[in-house]
Amino acid sequence: MGTGRTKRVHFSKIYSFQCGRRRYDDDGSQIGGPGFSRVVYCNETGGVSEGGQSYYADNYMRSTKYTPMSFFPKSLFEQFRRVANFFFLVTAILSFTELAPYSAVSAVLPLIVVIAASMVKEGIEDWQRKQQDHEVNNRKVKVHRGGGVFESRQWKKLKVGDIVKVEKDEFFPADLLLLSSSYEDAICYVETMNLDGETNLKLKQSLEATSTINDDSSFSNFKAAVKCEDPNASLYTFVGTMEFQGQQYPLSPQQLLLRGSKLRNTDYIYGAVIFTGHDTKVIQNSTEPPSKRSGIERRMDSVIYFMFFIMFLTAFLGSVYFGIVTKNDLDGDRQKRWYLAPDRSDIYFDPNRAPIAAIYHFLTDLLLYSYLIPISLYVSIEVVKVLQTIFINNDIHMYYEEADKPAHARTSNLTEELGQINTILSDKTGTLTCNSMEFIKCSIAGTAYGRGVTEVEKAMAKRMGSPLIVNGRDKYFDDDDNDPSLSVKGYNFEDERITNGYWIHEPHSDVIQKFFRLLAICHTAIPDVDEETGKVTYEAESPDEAAFVIAARELGFEFYKRTQTTVSFVELDPVSKKRVERTYELLNVLEFNSARKRMSVIVKDEDGKLLLLSKGADSVMFARLAKNGREFEENTKKHVNQYADAGLRTLILAYREVTDKEYEAFNEKFTEAKNSVSADRDDLIDEATAEIEKDLILLGATAVEDKLQKGVPECIDKLAQAGIKIWVLTGDKMETAINIGFSCSLLREGMKQITIILESPEIIAAEKEGDENVIAKISKESVKKQILAGKAQLSASTSEAFALIIDGKSLAYALRDSIKNTFLELAVGCASVICCRSSPKQKALVTRLVKEGTGKTTLAIGDGANDVGMLQEADIGIGISGVEGMQAVMSSDIAIAQFRFLERLLLVHGHWCYRRISSMICYFFYKNIVFGTTIFLYEAYASFSGQAAYNDWYLSLYNVFFTSLPAIALGVFDQDVSARFCLKFPLLYQEGVQNTLFRWRRIFGWMLNGLASSVIIFFLCIRALDPEAYNKNGKTAGLEVVGTTIYTCVVWVVNCQMALAVNYFTLIQHIFIWGGIILWYLFLLGYGAMPATISTTAYKVFVETLAPAPSYWFVTLFASIAALIPYFCYNAVQMRFFPAYHGMIQWIRHEGNCEDPEYVQMVRQRSIRTTTVGYTARSIARDNTLSHLNLERQPPK
Amino acid sequence: MDQKNKNSKKPVYSKFSQQELPAWKPILTPGWVIASYITIGALFIPIGLLAWTASDSVVEIVDRYDEACVPDDFSKNPQSYIQNPNIKKTCTRSIKVPKKLVAPIFVYYQLENFYQNHRRFVKSRSDKQLRDVKAENDTKFCLPVAYDYDNKPIVPCGLIAWSLFNDTYKISTRGKDISIEKKGIAWKSDAKAKFGSNVYPKNFQKDGLIGGATLDESIPLSEQEDLMVWMRTAALPTFRKLYGKINTDIEAHDTIKVEIQNNYNTYKFGGRKKLVLSTTTWIGGKNDFVGMAYISVGGICLFMAINFILLYVFRPRRLGDPSYLSWNRHPIT
Repeated sequence: MGTGRTKRVHFSKIYSFQCGRRRYDDDGSQIGGPGFSRVVYCNETGGVSEGGQSYYADNYMRSTKYTPMSFFPKSLFEQFRRVANFFFLVTAILSFTELAPYSAVSAVLPLIVVIAASMVKEGIEDWQRKQQDHEVNNRKVKVHRGGGVFESRQWKKLKVGDIVKVEKDEFFPADLLLLSSSYEDAICYVETMNLDGETNLKLKQSLEATSTINDDSSFSNFKAAVKCEDPNASLYTFVGTMEFQGQQYPLSPQQLLLRGSKLRNTDYIYGAVIFTGHDTKVIQNSTEPPSKRSGIERRMDSVIYFMFFIMFLTAFLGSVYFGIVTKNDLDGDRQKRWYLAPDRSDIYFDPNRAPIAAIYHFLTDLLLYSYLIPISLYVSIEVVKVLQTIFINNDIHMYYEEADKPAHARTSNLTEELGQINTILSDKTGTLTCNSMEFIKCSIAGTAYGRGVTEVEKAMAKRMGSPLIVNGRDKYFDDDDNDPSLSVKGYNFEDERITNGYWIHEPHSDVIQKFFRLLAICHTAIPDVDEETGKVTYEAESPDEAAFVIAARELGFEFYKRTQTTVSFVELDPVSKKRVERTYELLNVLEFNSARKRMSVIVKDEDGKLLLLSKGADSVMFARLAKNGREFEENTKKHVNQYADAGLRTLILAYREVTDKEYEAFNEKFTEAKNSVSADRDDLIDEATAEIEKDLILLGATAVEDKLQKGVPECIDKLAQAGIKIWVLTGDKMETAINIGFSCSLLREGMKQITIILESPEIIAAEKEGDENVIAKISKESVKKQILAGKAQLSASTSEAFALIIDGKSLAYALRDSIKNTFLELAVGCASVICCRSSPKQKALVTRLVKEGTGKTTLAIGDGANDVGMLQEADIGIGISGVEGMQAVMSSDIAIAQFRFLERLLLVHGHWCYRRISSMICYFFYKNIVFGTTIFLYEAYASFSGQAAYNDWYLSLYNVFFTSLPAIALGVFDQDVSARFCLKFPLLYQEGVQNTLFRWRRIFGWMLNGLASSVIIFFLCIRALDPEAYNKNGKTAGLEVVGTTIYTCVVWVVNCQMALAVNYFTLIQHIFIWGGIILWYLFLLGYGAMPATISTTAYKVFVETLAPAPSYWFVTLFASIAALIPYFCYNAVQMRFFPAYHGMIQWIRHEGNCEDPEYVQMVRQRSIRTTTVGYTARSIARDNTLSHLNLERQPPK
Repeated sequence: MDQKNKNSKKPVYSKFSQQELPAWKPILTPGWVIASYITIGALFIPIGLLAWTASDSVVEIVDRYDEACVPDDFSKNPQSYIQNPNIKKTCTRSIKVPKKLVAPIFVYYQLENFYQNHRRFVKSRSDKQLRDVKAENDTKFCLPVAYDYDNKPIVPCGLIAWSLFNDTYKISTRGKDISIEKKGIAWKSDAKAKFGSNVYPKNFQKDGLIGGATLDESIPLSEQEDLMVWMRTAALPTFRKLYGKINTDIEAHDTIKVEIQNNYNTYKFGGRKKLVLSTTTWIGGKNDFVGMAYISVGGICLFMAINFILLYVFRPRRLGDPSYLSWNRHPIT
């Protein structure tokens, strides 16, 4: 199969492809110069055999952060770059000196545990990256082994100079020099979606010299030497020469096949490997992914700095007091506290050198108060986030069955940011849409046909809860995706008046015939007839085109053959009722471009009549109709507007007959224009075509659904209800973008559209002049004027919703420093923003503008390489992994398969993660403040001498063992409301956007709570235990008894506090919370049972001294409950009288009102700000207009 | 088909992985709040009463003697009195017994403003040396009380041992001596594991400055109970330590005569010394605080419960009233 050459029409003849062959001779002189030193000997092992050439990089891709060698030092370094970790490193080092109030081992152990946990996590993540690399590196490609034999080899083993054979729909394993292909003229089609996001295929062509070497065996003695540029990042340039059979040939980008792109519509190609691995352009082009930190973590850092401040302050005050007291101990010869032997003191306590002692003591205090800083916070957050991402990855509701793709969180450090998204910046193609078009409706001769239902209509009908009535027929939408009649891809047309040949009975059957003939002829698609079944498939430039030809085929106008000069199709003869073949002679193709917005062909039919068949956008076509061709204009316009509102792409179809004379005149002018080489060539062509594309006779209009991905309108509606703004940034043309805006309900009728474009006459005139400065100046003025006008409109009206539509050219000016803030203000004021024709860079710039301008959290979602910049710039980048492109996924933070999963990702996981992380951080500070404050208070009772109330190991294990696990359980498992309610009450999401759970008030509230608890515990304990005997045997409480009792109370209080704060008590919570307390007692037992030299003051403290004393238990019970009462009171009042939104939902759930639709609706409605986009808003807007009309119609009473 | 399913990346369904584990989702409903308050109140008040009665039944006699025991001539300068070895330090106090003291009666000394919890003080000991006769040179942390004049290690070393309390009490009533039992005042674990039975005091109080008491070098540390009690450092600057036990009852209205050897110097740092005689009950010594605290917190809880009941009755609030939402009160612009 592989060697058979397809006899096909040369695409190059249909596409105007001359621009591909420019002169490259000038560039050839650079070869061999600096930056152009690469020499590749093709088809020789290594490609560099001659003359000791430098060794080129292999084709192994590495995306890992560490190598086995560098892992240890590098990741260790990473860990200590964090301020808190570095601080603990310093304290650990200091703990080996005499300054330390505790033993060194007990100080170092928690640090080691924490650092080790972080490093293990890093290691696992890097290992996963390695696995991904492994998959790519082990893909197979056919490589020439020698003697004309090709063998399968792994990508990573590919060497520069190898000859590879790439087959249809395979990715190129490296940057290749195209040698030959299955086509005679050695062309091939390449899909570069991964590189630039463009969906149309690119044409590449090899040198003529090598084009004949096109089967395996002819490579047995192929030899060539390529000299070319060094690896660089420019995707669109390539300079080099090839020496082949003694001759030099210049090479151009036209011969270079880039890694990351894909072979399409071509059976196979042969190519020589030029750049491998990290030398390839796509890798050279990729930038180091920026490391992102979430807003919560940044705020958490400030809290930590605040805690540092508190710590330094208390340490300072403590050491000043200590210095004074110490100095007082010795007054000349007279000692005060003689039992401290101040006269014989070392430096740390020397009254004669009190200032120095105080300074040393300051360090001691820092070591002691370091318990105010939660050492395990960072690592706990990391662990929690990893577990959260595991939940995200395993969510069955975010698994896409068809592509077998679950959600995949690639970085784990942004999960809570998902709950705070203010603006979503979305790509269109492949993200909102599936990039496939379906012919769904048409209007012929003023009659609307097509009963298909668009996604938007479906979504609206679902929302209304009533069956949608379409053309008099009830429609239910349970699972019509499985309807077998819709199985033809690109075709979703259903209307028994036309299908199955019934069109001949329609009143305007002649027009219908012409309409579908036009669809069958006026295009650039190539048919591919399956010889066995006779089925025809099409290769088309764009999915729209394909949809038209398929529609024509399905309706009986089957286009099946194209030669260079003819187009043939089969159609039903209305008179004889038989299928007849017709062949039209194709005279000219007047191509589509964005300025013309139309495409025409000139054909000669079998009767020798010349016809101009034309299809184009309504904006240009209606103006070109003949006076006698406007018979159906009014109806068609009406239909087109309806279609547009239903989110469809429309095209107007029209034709005219051309006389021979007219045609000759046109052809002459057109040929001349095409052959001209002057700069205004395009203008000349436009002029020529404009002359003939006029006086058209209207046939009708087509409506194609740019098929939205499943569930996109619903998802957008939910997100809009959640108060998230959605911007669409697309490279598509404005019309398409607007259509999509309509189809996903970002735009609707009655929304004021503010359009910013650069198409005023003076700009066009200036562009003709070609003076760039003038263009820039005028454009900038124009954009500025339009923005200001838009803002004026915006401030003039309060009730209306606005939509901003801006094109790439204007965007370039709008993003300039001087006006970008005005632009941002305008854009923020609008309900929807659509940026069309925007380049990848502009997408990134817009993202940055929103992120930095508003200071809010942004999320970018996209699927193509053109979205990479945007994904990396945004606070969170989401890659759509549904299509094959991996580039976006590789640079994203989280990959999902479908846009609709965003709803669950944000509203459920985002909300939960945000809530969990913020609660967990607050709790961490709380528990450390409880602990740290008791240490401080005790020290105050020990004349600030740096004595801790607790045994060394109590101190060091507090954070790691007794209190961290419940906090982690909170961070991983807590749910304020279940997933169902998160989705039912999207406004809950605003808690994250407004950051209600991690604002300063809440943080300080928790800190205050900690302070209160700790004061209560401390004073209750010391008053209850001292100085009297505390047990029946008359024993009094020593330091070890008091310390252990306070500690017990602290463990109880912080764990019970956790129990009070948790909303969602699973077995895991029970185990961790009560387990933490039990662990403390077990530890006391175990530690106390160790020899007295190890356990020192804790020796048998529990079994002998505490457990038998009832007062110990009564104090514990009392202090634990008393310390929790303030929080309990606050919470009870708040929950009942000032519930937050989640609290209300909890009430609803609790009282079982969730089944009462009216009640739920009330809660929802009254709390929702009126949304302006989404189909909910759309149907409300429509209802309003209707009721308004009804009111007007009612006769006054 | 099987194969395909195996390779599928479809997440495995489990209640755990889908975060649908059965869970108790408590919210603070009025019922819960009131019930909790009432429960706490109902639990705490009886406990409080119990503790308070217990504490009330304890008889405690406290007698401060540091000032009273300084002869009048030295009252301006008690230092010179206490530091003068030639002055007799005996001092007799008579104390009225208000209520019958039922054996066992515990005798304590109470020191005030004495920072036994000072870090320099707490650190200054050698656990190894106390336990192990071979570790007598382990005096690293004992400085400055580690070696005597002849550079021989002091056992027990360190500031704590060196400053051992050395006042003694002799109690008599109705002219009859009452014996104070000094055995069994220390924790058993101390005698067993922390203080060696073959470790004898050595070179103690022989480095020139004498801090406190001297120790009988013929008695091993494990039997020096005063030392053991002293070396369990107190938590706070006001503390009591057990001096001994009296195993006979003392009748009410009796007068106790206490002959005190007032040796210990608290005058230097402005400390106070008190003699305490006290009985105990199940909660220990006399401590009204625990009972009162329990009762008052229990009372507060009952009060809160009543408040909440009133609030719920008089200020019922339509649940789910969203007008309270912060972002509805301050609409976003």
